[in-house]
Amino acid sequence: MNIIVCIKQVPDTAEIRINPETNTLMREGVPSIINPFDLHAIEAAVQIREAGGGKVTVLTMGPPQAETSLREAISMGADEAILLSDRAFAGSDTWATSYTLALAIKKLEFDIVFCGKQAIDGDTAQVGPETAEFLGIPHISYIRKIDEVRDDYIKVERLMDDGYDVVESSLPVLLTVVRELNEPRMPSLRGKMAAKKAGIRKMCMTDIGADENSLGLRGSPTQVRNIFAPEVRAERKMIEGTAEEQVDNLIKELKDIKCL
Amino acid sequence: MPVIVIPDKCTGCETCLESCPFDAIEFRDGKAYINEYCNSCMNCLSGCPEGAIIETEPGARNTEHRQSLEDYKDVLVFAEQREGRVVPVSYELLGVGRRLSDELGARLIAVLFGAGEPEAQELVKWGADKVFLCSDASLRKFSDDVYSEMLAKIINEQKPSIVLAGATPVGRSFIPRVAARLRTGLTADCTSLEIDKETGNLLQVRPAFGGNIMAAILCPDYRPQMATVRPRVMKRGEYDENRTGEVITVQIDSTKSRTNVLEFVKEVSEVSVNLHEADIIVAGGRGIGGEKGYKLIEELAEALGGAVGASRAAIDEGWIPYSHQVGQTGKTVNPKIYFACGISGAVQHLVGMQSSDIIIAINKNPEAPIFNVATYGIVGDLFEIVPMLTKKVREVKGM
Ligand SMILES: Cc1cc2nc3c(=O)[nH]c(=O)nc-3n(C[C@H](O)[C@H](O)[C@H](O)COP(=O)(O)OP(=O)(O)OC[C@H]3O[C@@H](n4cnc5c(N)ncnc54)[C@H](O)[C@@H]3O)c2cc1C
Ligand SMILES: Nc1ncnc2c1ncn2[C@@H]1O[C@H](COP(=O)(O)O)[C@@H](O)[C@H]1O
Repeated sequence: MNIIVCIKQVPDTAEIRINPETNTLMREGVPSIINPFDLHAIEAAVQIREAGGGKVTVLTMGPPQAETSLREAISMGADEAILLSDRAFAGSDTWATSYTLALAIKKLEFDIVFCGKQAIDGDTAQVGPETAEFLGIPHISYIRKIDEVRDDYIKVERLMDDGYDVVESSLPVLLTVVRELNEPRMPSLRGKMAAKKAGIRKMCMTDIGADENSLGLRGSPTQVRNIFAPEVRAERKMIEGTAEEQVDNLIKELKDIKCL
Repeated sequence: MPVIVIPDKCTGCETCLESCPFDAIEFRDGKAYINEYCNSCMNCLSGCPEGAIIETEPGARNTEHRQSLEDYKDVLVFAEQREGRVVPVSYELLGVGRRLSDELGARLIAVLFGAGEPEAQELVKWGADKVFLCSDASLRKFSDDVYSEMLAKIINEQKPSIVLAGATPVGRSFIPRVAARLRTGLTADCTSLEIDKETGNLLQVRPAFGGNIMAAILCPDYRPQMATVRPRVMKRGEYDENRTGEVITVQIDSTKSRTNVLEFVKEVSEVSVNLHEADIIVAGGRGIGGEKGYKLIEELAEALGGAVGASRAAIDEGWIPYSHQVGQTGKTVNPKIYFACGISGAVQHLVGMQSSDIIIAINKNPEAPIFNVATYGIVGDLFEIVPMLTKKVREVKGM
């Protein structure tokens, strides 16, 4: 079984703070990590290989420094790693990212493609399904359990708002995974050694035969017009006084607006 | 990077630093330099008094695939059903859709798969001019393949300018496929949708970087402009018993679904139902300090007839179960009154509750960011305020 895992290197958004004076993101010292959902995707892929054999290839589109994330994936048990990097990819939105990833995947052999549910920097959850569409294969989102994998068949549980669906699909298929699926393993010592030595395969625009007009900023249908800090509520009223007065005043306010 | 600095023009004044929301401008040897954090938002172009920052290829955006925009007029809403019943976010989308289509002088189209004529008529009363209905029973079950095929076909025929769908598991799963197929942009989880007065384009606002900042997104050269909206972020429109509209029956597509739902297992927690339906939510954060504080919150909620919410910190501490979590990785709620007790107001929490009608913040730190979104703010110790409040609420209600 050939399994491809798409991973993204992201800034750890938990560490990002906004500078209240300038309304800008403060990136200094913010570590780059593998998108947390993608760790579950790597784990799932490695488990399938351990059970039935095959090969796990991790793929990322990003700047050269994303190589660190690929090596980390190898330390968790992935066999091979591909870095898709080209200046022409810069500024890609989800459409252009998926187009690019799909072209690279088409150069490889694959039965299952894994993605995380979403990336924590953009939170769009669009790249998985869009990539499946470009590949011309089915996809199942929000996988929380894998029941059965055969050569040409898979059965999984898909998390819904009000429960879960049991879904089957033919292969090849693309799956996006949620945290409930598994507990990602820590890198083993052997894994760490392998990660150090591993050769990283690099692919650029010409390697995947992309149409330049569909790449990066040029190819992206959406544009970021501007960025701003979340708003402050205008009609704020601070209730002063002793605790007792504060409570009495709040009760009065709530009565005035007919909420009590 | 699509943005570069012309070194000869740069005077090293550092004015541009403030214009960059991504911290992507550095100074090297006294000259500005754009690093890899650049998101091509172009804010810095006007941020340089010398005009030293430019787009590498002005107008470099590719417009070759661009559809003739004038052909695309209407607003289309995908109305989702679960088990044959239209889900609430669909009515919220019709509310936004009605407003946008009125502004554009266009029609509001709804698309409904797997429900019947009565449900379609309801969509009309909630604002739709036209409903494309396929009531084939097999569509009750969600299929990415069939839904994508059918919706893409309707969009290709109707040529709407705007397409809206709910950011539910169903919408978030198949709408991206439709966008990929139509070669157009899709903006996830929009919190505000407006028509840009100058250009008539849809201005889509959404949180990014874990809610730390808001981004305004456009899709100027491609149609339709597609967006998803989370449940309970937008308000419903007006229900008009007498509104009439056209219901058009569409045939099920013969596309075979490559995926198949064998079974749906319902698992609705009472808590999430309560949180979504409650008019009042009393939420506790790390400030509640433990079991004792939790009791106080619960009692106030009970006195008010409301539900209990929580910040992630309170959940991580193990004081409140996960199903109560409000925020980016929890639930989005929209009650009439939201009490935030001992919650600092981290953006990840705010994105889940800031559209509440009234927010009451109780926090002992006057600098806590929760006061920025509060309608009423009380600086004080919740262990003192909350029990007193509960007592007085009971008095008022004669409990
Ligand atoms: C990717 C990501 C997703 C996240 N998703 C969510 C999410 O969905 N929901 C969420 O809530 N958080 C989320 N978080 C976490 C979020 O960033 C904050 O860490 C969290 O909301 C803080 O919770 P808190 O306000 O209860 O705790 P704190 O920030 O510790 O604040 C406690 C507050 O209580 C006040 N206080 C203490 N004692 C008292 C007292 N006796 N009386 C009155 N006030 C008192 C303090 O002044 C303080 O302001 C997420 C974070 C990340 C990185
Ligand atoms: N640049 C990228 N390279 C590889 N995989 C990606 C990239 N961007 C997104 N993905 C994959 O798509 C998933 C969803 O991302 P998103 O749609 O950006 O929220 C991620 O969890 C990754 O598996």
